[in-house]
Amino acid sequence: MTALRHLMRDPVAAFGLLIVVFAVFVATFAHWLAPFPDDAFESNIMQRLRPPSAEFLFGTDNLGRDIFSRVILGTRSALLVALAVVLAAMLIGVPVGLIAGWRDGWLSEGLMRFTDVFLAVPQLILALALGQLLAPGIFTAMVALALTYWPFFARTVFAETRRLRGALFVDALAGIGAHPARILVLHVLPNAAPAVLVRATIGMGFTILTAAILGFLGVGATPPTPDWGLAVSEARQHLPDAWWFATFPGLAILLLVLGFNLLGDGLRDAADPRLRRSRH
Amino acid sequence: MLAYIARRIALALPALFGLVVLTFILSRVIPGDPAATLAGDAATPAQIADIRARYGLDRPIMEQAWVHMRQVLSGDLGNSIFSGRPVSEDIARRLPATLELTFVALLLATCLGIPLGLLAALNHNGPIDHLVRVLSVGGLAMASFWLAIMLQLQFSMEWDLLPLRGRMDVPLGLPPRVTGFLLIDSLLAGRGDMFVDAARHLVLPAVTLALPGLATIARFTRSGVLEALQKDYVLYARAAGYGRFRLATVYVLRNAITVTVTQIGLLFGALISGAVAIEAVFDWPGLGTYAVQAILSADYKALLAVTLVVGVIYAAVNVLVDVAQALIDPRVALQ
Amino acid sequence: MTALLDIEGLRVDMRGGAQILDGVSITVAPGQIMGVVGESGCGKSTLLRAMLGILPRGATARGRVMFEGRDILPDQAAQARGRIGFVPQDPYLSLNPTFRAGDQIFEIMRRHATGTRADHRAKLLDLLRAVQLPDPEAALRKYPHEFSGGQRQRLLIAAALSCDPSLVVADEPTTALDVTTQREILGLLREIARARGLSMLFVTHDFGVLASLCDAVTVLYAGRVAEAGPTRAILDAPTHPYTRLLLACHPDRAVELAGIPGTVPPATAQPSGCRFHPRCPQAEAHCADAVPPLLAITEGRSLACAHPEPALV
Repeated sequence: MTALRHLMRDPVAAFGLLIVVFAVFVATFAHWLAPFPDDAFESNIMQRLRPPSAEFLFGTDNLGRDIFSRVILGTRSALLVALAVVLAAMLIGVPVGLIAGWRDGWLSEGLMRFTDVFLAVPQLILALALGQLLAPGIFTAMVALALTYWPFFARTVFAETRRLRGALFVDALAGIGAHPARILVLHVLPNAAPAVLVRATIGMGFTILTAAILGFLGVGATPPTPDWGLAVSEARQHLPDAWWFATFPGLAILLLVLGFNLLGDGLRDAADPRLRRSRH
Repeated sequence: MLAYIARRIALALPALFGLVVLTFILSRVIPGDPAATLAGDAATPAQIADIRARYGLDRPIMEQAWVHMRQVLSGDLGNSIFSGRPVSEDIARRLPATLELTFVALLLATCLGIPLGLLAALNHNGPIDHLVRVLSVGGLAMASFWLAIMLQLQFSMEWDLLPLRGRMDVPLGLPPRVTGFLLIDSLLAGRGDMFVDAARHLVLPAVTLALPGLATIARFTRSGVLEALQKDYVLYARAAGYGRFRLATVYVLRNAITVTVTQIGLLFGALISGAVAIEAVFDWPGLGTYAVQAILSADYKALLAVTLVVGVIYAAVNVLVDVAQALIDPRVALQ
Repeated sequence: MTALLDIEGLRVDMRGGAQILDGVSITVAPGQIMGVVGESGCGKSTLLRAMLGILPRGATARGRVMFEGRDILPDQAAQARGRIGFVPQDPYLSLNPTFRAGDQIFEIMRRHATGTRADHRAKLLDLLRAVQLPDPEAALRKYPHEFSGGQRQRLLIAAALSCDPSLVVADEPTTALDVTTQREILGLLREIARARGLSMLFVTHDFGVLASLCDAVTVLYAGRVAEAGPTRAILDAPTHPYTRLLLACHPDRAVELAGIPGTVPPATAQPSGCRFHPRCPQAEAHCADAVPPLLAITEGRSLACAHPEPALV
């Protein structure tokens, strides 16, 4: 579509896309790319806390594991977790937004008020509160994150549905007696897709960050998972000497989130110039 | 204007009500028998039943909900499983620490973010503009806890310029507690040395917390100004001979600020969220560390109370922000 | 009598090479209301922008704009600001919605008029009464959205007069208003101009407005002057083929509704020689070769055409 062509013309957004594609590549081929693929689980105490070298590009951690390999392996979990969360949030939020946006009335009001409740508290706090329901761990974290992110999809789709509701072609379809569900799914949804895609891309970046925070706090991924946030928290007690331990996983987070954010911005500009935020 | 304020507050109430309901539902859905948890591991069935009766946990659910609602509205948020003290006391003790940090961060983010955004817009496509844009995207992509640790590493451990953790150096003690804000309390007590120390301890955490907000504010100010510069009234103002400097600052800024002010509301929410991780890194005795401790010790009452309190504060801030917007752009009050 | 405003050979090129104005010359005498008429794309807005020093970035302007004996083109009209009042086209978009009406006008007066704030206030109230704005004291404190379109236009006229200009430049100030309000505003402008002995440069595309308000008219086509002269003379006996066709299109005059075949050429692809020749019924071969110069044909009338219509007696 023309939106993609627009995107390619924007060097910053193209750079974001490059990062994301690169990350997907790394995640897919992690086991072949990592010099020490078993370091997800194996430890080698003899090599603990070695500074970066030719053999261990990012140094080793407190259990002697190669940080470079663990960062590469962590890419996979970061992406998968984020993808699962975003998809789950979409699955809840998109239908809610569609239904709420279609007709005015008590259902619409009710759904949007319900959505507001979830937006009444900043997300991390809500994720922590929801996370108590299940045993602490990465799965709980994912559920909690999905339950805090769906309102953003609901709001986006609600706004889009409202906007498209007044469109002539929707009126025409309703006029010839097309069933609302049909109109919503076959006509409104595809038109709302660009906005949803933008939201999803930004959601990926946001989820990676929040999941990392949960990992850092100890309520997300558990050891020995090569989670980036978890790695930074493990690194804390070995500062300032083993600076490499905390630095590189954090840089990985920075790079990947940056990629998604730039891509999301670019998609937003490409899809609708009216939504242009910082790009002019 | 007053009507607008009243309307705005009324709008916030349903969500808060829903939040109370949500926290209630969560408190009853927590796996395990709340009575058994309260009673402890070694309790006998009789003791558990006794606790259940005492806390009204055997009552019909609607009655429990009603009791819960009344308690919340009267400020009774239950007792912490961990500390045994009333949660509201714990929160009251710790809230100022988080609020002080959040306010300072908010101040930094706005006082630096708005001018940066304005400069970038006026220098459109120039070097300053590019720099600000890079800063904006970078600032939002960083994990806050990572930045905090990196700053600690450099400024505290390497260069020994700033303190590593806490709100104040232990030997100094604390000023008598009036507001709970160390900066204010130390000034009220006439202790300049305490003030300086508290300020020094605030630097790293506040800067870390402020960075994403600074990035967002700069970004939105920039786009707001750029958009305002395209408007007809700017063209007219130029034609009518407004001074260039005044035009760029006072005139255009007022139009661009509305978007930024909206962002400040959302920003506050992000700041509170961000405070959780940053308090963990800096051992800051605030609500964030309290929440983490609650989650790690399965102290659900404390955590849900924190959720509620944060929700109320967030709602209050959003109302304030909307009112501020209406003051700046009077058309808002008509909606 | 020396002209108040004498634009000589104004050329404006935009960034990218589009030539919007090519050698435009207009003379406005003191107390004279000069209308500038032309279709969209003829460059009338650019003409005003050049005079007010608000050309878009990257635009270059050459020639001279002599105002009160001084060329104001090089210094971006900075010196002339207080002496030239500007009434913009769209009253809905020209006022900043976040500032009170009074404050916006005071800002202009602060820069260009002498006196204290109290002086300015008194003067502005007088002006608001002169433009017939109801309840001037309350109006100062209101926000733009609290006024109707016509009232906003009156505010803008008051703003234009606030620094005692000798020339008022107006860019189709009644286009955005309904017909009744249009009449009122035009009447107001005429009255004020006469009462204060102001000159006006009035840009419009409406011949009706021209006839009722302007003493003289300049017809622009594709960035050049086609002809100029006293309004009555031009309207009764147009000599340039373009003017003739334009007038013939006017519903009041037309026998049958007709348009002018063809379209205004884009600024980046102008025809050679006389720019109207592709659409001109009188065009001959040599019209494409040379640009017809603007020549005076009678007292106060000028024309740029090699094959003018014979004047109807």
